[in-house]
Amino acid sequence: MTVWDDVIGQEQVVTTLDRAARTGEGMTHAWLFTGPPGSGRSVAARAFAAALQCPLSGCGECRECRTALEGSHADVRVLATEGLSIKVEQARELVQEGGLRPSVGRWRVILVEDADRLTERAADALLKALEEPTARTVWLLCAPSTEDVIITIRSRTRHVRLRTPPVEAVADLLVRRDGVDPAMAGYAARAAQSHVGLARRLARDEGARIRRRDVIVMAGAIRSVGDAIGAAHDLATIAEEESGAASAERDAAERARLMELLGADAAARTQPPHVRAQLSSLEREQKARATRFGRDVIDRALLDLLSVYRDALLVHLGTPVALVNQDAVESVQTVARAFRPEGLLACMDAIGLARERINANVAPLLALEAMALSLRVEPRSAG
Amino acid sequence: MSDIPPLVLVRGPEELLADRAVAAVLADLKVEAPDLDVVRVGPDYHSGQLVMDTSPSLFGGSTCVVIEALHEASEDLHADLLDYLAAPAEHVTLVVRHAGGPRGKKVLDALVAGKARIFECPAVKSDRDKSDFVTNEFRRAGRKVTPEAVRALVEAVGKDLRELAASCAQLVVDTEGVVDDRVVETYHGGKVEATGFRVADAAVAGQAGEALRLLRHAIATGVDPVPIVAVLAGQLRQVVRVGSASRGASSAVLASSLGMAPWQVDKARRLASGWTPEGLATSIQAVAAADAEVKGGGRDPVYAVERAILTIAEARAAGRR
Ligand SMILES: [Zn+2]
Repeated sequence: MTVWDDVIGQEQVVTTLDRAARTGEGMTHAWLFTGPPGSGRSVAARAFAAALQCPLSGCGECRECRTALEGSHADVRVLATEGLSIKVEQARELVQEGGLRPSVGRWRVILVEDADRLTERAADALLKALEEPTARTVWLLCAPSTEDVIITIRSRTRHVRLRTPPVEAVADLLVRRDGVDPAMAGYAARAAQSHVGLARRLARDEGARIRRRDVIVMAGAIRSVGDAIGAAHDLATIAEEESGAASAERDAAERARLMELLGADAAARTQPPHVRAQLSSLEREQKARATRFGRDVIDRALLDLLSVYRDALLVHLGTPVALVNQDAVESVQTVARAFRPEGLLACMDAIGLARERINANVAPLLALEAMALSLRVEPRSAG
Repeated sequence: MSDIPPLVLVRGPEELLADRAVAAVLADLKVEAPDLDVVRVGPDYHSGQLVMDTSPSLFGGSTCVVIEALHEASEDLHADLLDYLAAPAEHVTLVVRHAGGPRGKKVLDALVAGKARIFECPAVKSDRDKSDFVTNEFRRAGRKVTPEAVRALVEAVGKDLRELAASCAQLVVDTEGVVDDRVVETYHGGKVEATGFRVADAAVAGQAGEALRLLRHAIATGVDPVPIVAVLAGQLRQVVRVGSASRGASSAVLASSLGMAPWQVDKARRLASGWTPEGLATSIQAVAAADAEVKGGGRDPVYAVERAILTIAEARAAGRR
């Protein structure tokens, strides 16, 4: 066993990081991990943090390894963002911490999971620390791509690029780590298009599988303008349900924990001003998180939808490649019959446009409506 | 003679209605007892205070104790209220406000058992509730109001019930005769929401020139294009949803199944008659593109909205040919 066990399908990256931790070759004070969502950027960064702390450079079993992987190591600070952005105050805190010597470990590691969410001012604050490195401090920044961080940060970091892991590797991880049954693991890895976290959710949560199914049958079922507006409404509702289900319990638990921390009476209807202030700031954070989560859920639903049109295109071209939606072949066939290849490409463009627009703050429902209208099956192209 | 019983319960979440109920009770009591002593019990209650407030004064006279928020009150107040309700004082009128929730259930039960007069103050949330509210405001003042005027008022100032009430009151005082949409327009035409709706109404009705003129005017007076685009999208969405619902259904049935006010359904139906599905599709896509541009993707947000309006008007004209 080693710390690299869960870093799947990234042999090149593991070789580089392992060598740096083991021999110091290529070691530097700042690293940038990039890779598509679900490729395991933060998993790789955590493994590297553990390897740096471990006396055996990543045995995976000692206390240093275990605490670093879990995120409880005293010298490994992980900043995981729930909100839409990382604020300058948070960045300043990290910089301050980065200026300290390690307390128990060999290195002080600061891991920023969503460096693409640094605000401009926050990025500037970090830049100072990257420009004047502290002897035993290592910065590990994660982002989807190098374009997502400002160039001055990019130029001061060593870049590690992760690729989308193969479906088999993801399925294998689900079986090995999460004890998922192999057939289910295969379905989930394929359906999630190798997104590890998503594959695990699909494998474990029947509700997630049903919601995915609902999205997939939508393709090819939109005929009239009314259908399109209805489908957009349904998509938005599915996303709302999913983000609601995921956050309600957590929000309540966080609130209860905060009340306990402040020694406030949870049963009282009116709270003293200092408690109210803290509660409303928690609520703001939760709202920002819900907004981000809602957008992420819609984006994943759109990726599911996109995969159906892509599969249909493969069917048209007769390419002998495994379909993403092997479990929903009829839906794929329906779509393949309904559209010519150019039509399928136009549908894929429409979905891509909706993703871009939502990302650029267009009202999600409106972006989905415009998309769904472009997905209408036209009678003349049928057959 | 006042017919207010010694116990009054004002319950429900709508503050404006609750304030009015309490004010009406006090006004009624003061007819009988001009020197009525009014004691308001707020959140800073100390155990035993109620006993003092309800004990007879040396000079006699009547007292009205108003419990401002039973739903937020401390256990002490709950206990003291239960004690009081077991043996109410003769010279006291007790008014209790309760906005909802499980707290204070015992006190509520005791009030009901003591035959308290109950004023219900339900939340006024949907456009439908707001329309009813406005209609009722004018009826209370003995004035006639047209459905179009109700619609215009809700669109213009419907976000806040207090503002809506104040606007109704102002119209009652300032105008005479039937209140119609032209009267409302004179008073509230400049509101952001109203502007958005007017631009959208003109565009969706196919009046490009009028829509562009209204848009220019709105922008000139500092209105942000973002809410205008949102209203355009909302209006087109309603036309599609109402248009694709079954034709036989009544406005009331459709309104409740689509979560719209009946006048919104009627309006969408009227507008839908001049549209083809294809025209609506083109229009919605144009509005989505405009939203992307006003949210920062384009250099000239106003031009983006103008272009969407022209597309909408053209798409509508094509449907009429
Ligand atoms: Zn170790």
